[in-house]
Amino acid sequence: MNRFLPFEVIAAFRFMREGMAQTTLIITGVALGVGVIVFMSALVAGLQSNIIRRTLNYMAPIVIVPPDQVARPQRGDEVGALAANVQPRSQQLRSIDQWQKVRAQVGRLPSVVAVTPVVSGPGFALRGDANKAVTITGIEPETYVRVIGLEEKLVAGRLPAGASDIVIGIELSKDLGAGVGDKLRLTTASGAAETLNVVGLFDFGNKGVNERTVYIGLRVAQNLLNLTGGVSSLEVKVHEPFAAETIAQTIHSETGLQADSWIRTNAQFFTAMAAQSLSNTVIRFFVGLTAALGIASVLVVSVVQKSKEIGILRAMGTSREQVLRVFLVQGGVMGLVGSVFGCVLGWLFLLAWRSVALNADGTPLFIIVMEPELFASAAAGATLVGILAAVVPARNAARLDPAVAIRG
Amino acid sequence: MAEAPETLRLEGVRKSYGIGTPAELEVLHGIDLSLRKGEFAALIGPSGGGKSTLLNLVGLLDRPTAGRLFVTGREAGVLGDVELTRLRGHNIGFVFQYHYLLPAFTAVENVMMPILATRGHPDDAMRERAELLLDKVGLTPWRDHMANDLSGGQQQRVAMARALAMDPALVLADEPTGNLDTKSADGVFDVLREVNRTSGTTFLIVTHDPRLAQRCDRIIQLVDGNIVSDQPNSASQPGSG
Repeated sequence: MNRFLPFEVIAAFRFMREGMAQTTLIITGVALGVGVIVFMSALVAGLQSNIIRRTLNYMAPIVIVPPDQVARPQRGDEVGALAANVQPRSQQLRSIDQWQKVRAQVGRLPSVVAVTPVVSGPGFALRGDANKAVTITGIEPETYVRVIGLEEKLVAGRLPAGASDIVIGIELSKDLGAGVGDKLRLTTASGAAETLNVVGLFDFGNKGVNERTVYIGLRVAQNLLNLTGGVSSLEVKVHEPFAAETIAQTIHSETGLQADSWIRTNAQFFTAMAAQSLSNTVIRFFVGLTAALGIASVLVVSVVQKSKEIGILRAMGTSREQVLRVFLVQGGVMGLVGSVFGCVLGWLFLLAWRSVALNADGTPLFIIVMEPELFASAAAGATLVGILAAVVPARNAARLDPAVAIRG
Repeated sequence: MAEAPETLRLEGVRKSYGIGTPAELEVLHGIDLSLRKGEFAALIGPSGGGKSTLLNLVGLLDRPTAGRLFVTGREAGVLGDVELTRLRGHNIGFVFQYHYLLPAFTAVENVMMPILATRGHPDDAMRERAELLLDKVGLTPWRDHMANDLSGGQQQRVAMARALAMDPALVLADEPTGNLDTKSADGVFDVLREVNRTSGTTFLIVTHDPRLAQRCDRIIQLVDGNIVSDQPNSASQPGSG
């Protein structure tokens, strides 16, 4: 007997060792449950963070645009002279009013990492006979790379620096047959045109983006899209992507401009993610419930089997509380030990998954982060479940009338 | 000779079961009884006469319906559950017909158990005390055996050592030798007498065995919930009690 352990813990361990077969079975059960929870949680978290990371690759968390133009029919003298049908206005490509001031103002917000001006609008990329609709994106490279990691996505060449530089996606490069060093022509609906040198190719891992987006200098884009001196949007990077919506609302109230967070623009994705998280929670709940029922049933049987021993313990001066704790400790230990094995199991599942789920080139399909917090919370949760599961049998044991228990 | 202090006193103790139901049954009809320190008494009587009920009341495992009960001078009826458990743990040792040792523990650990439950943590002093008691019952060579690896007689002697662990004022034995062969039974009984003689522990022993009863100093006969006779037994060994 270890002298540092209290009576309850010593008794709990001896009782569990006595019923080794049951103890082993239930610990195995808890371990499997916890293993599945750890594996699933890590997988779902990895999947989500991966999609988020990929989305935020080519998308700023917040985009500030001018407010929508609305039709404002003139009021007549008489009430009721208001037009019954007001056709909504078509939205022109407009600049943000005093964008330099807005940029400085937003840049001062503590939650904001960087702000970059962007001029973007529709156009065509032409080379020889090929003609592709593109989104012309005029950027200020120095600040743009702080919002979107364009630099890391370049597979060839460099960022646009001069007035005649253009960077295109690998898909467009394939469609037009234009590589680094080739020339192509950009035109817009207004008839403005510019011949540019391809200086770089990017790959965002998203076909739409790789096909449609072309990056050119801010000035050139302003000229092409007839927005001299203006910008069509300000793109904002924030420290905490999940706070983007709140920050967007702050920006909106401070500037009066429309600020769209990626959370709102990807509402569907977030709904899917929430559903995924919910189903994960439901599975956790039921696995936890199953483990709890298993532990409870083992302890209920143990209390019945040991009722005479419990009676004699009570007759010897063991208090009800001590008896209660002996069984609570058993529940807690079964949960804890089961969850430790479960964490190892989950970790092995994840390692196995990582070695199986690979891209064609051998890189992992997506990165799973094995966070210590996940393991710690699984262990803490299972211990708590074990203790809770033990409450009913432990109370049965504590309530045993020693006289009745001994006479049986 | 000055009278020894009272270890146990019952005043008009009654016990009924099924109170308020048509099956209400009074098992004990006003028992008056006093045991003084160092007495070695046998409680005999036919089955169903209330012996076990009386033992449960005296052992503070159950409460009387009426009457007063004093253990080492303290009135049990006024105590709460926690204090009653403490009074029981410190002053009363039990030996049952069946040993009820904890199979998950060794012989010496079983003997330590009452002290451990009271103090909370194991220490050397309680182990030494347990070893001493096992020595008294002649089980030193078996002290580290698991309880289930001992013979019936050995287990019952461990149970006796356990009953004595807290050095209780009163030991209650319910058919302590009922499951044992004659030789083991005599050995167990000798140990009880020995402890009674050397430590002055009071014993109340329920038995069906007239041979055993004849070896006690006092014989109390309980029939149909009444004490019908209570006499000193001159036939017991001289010099005891």
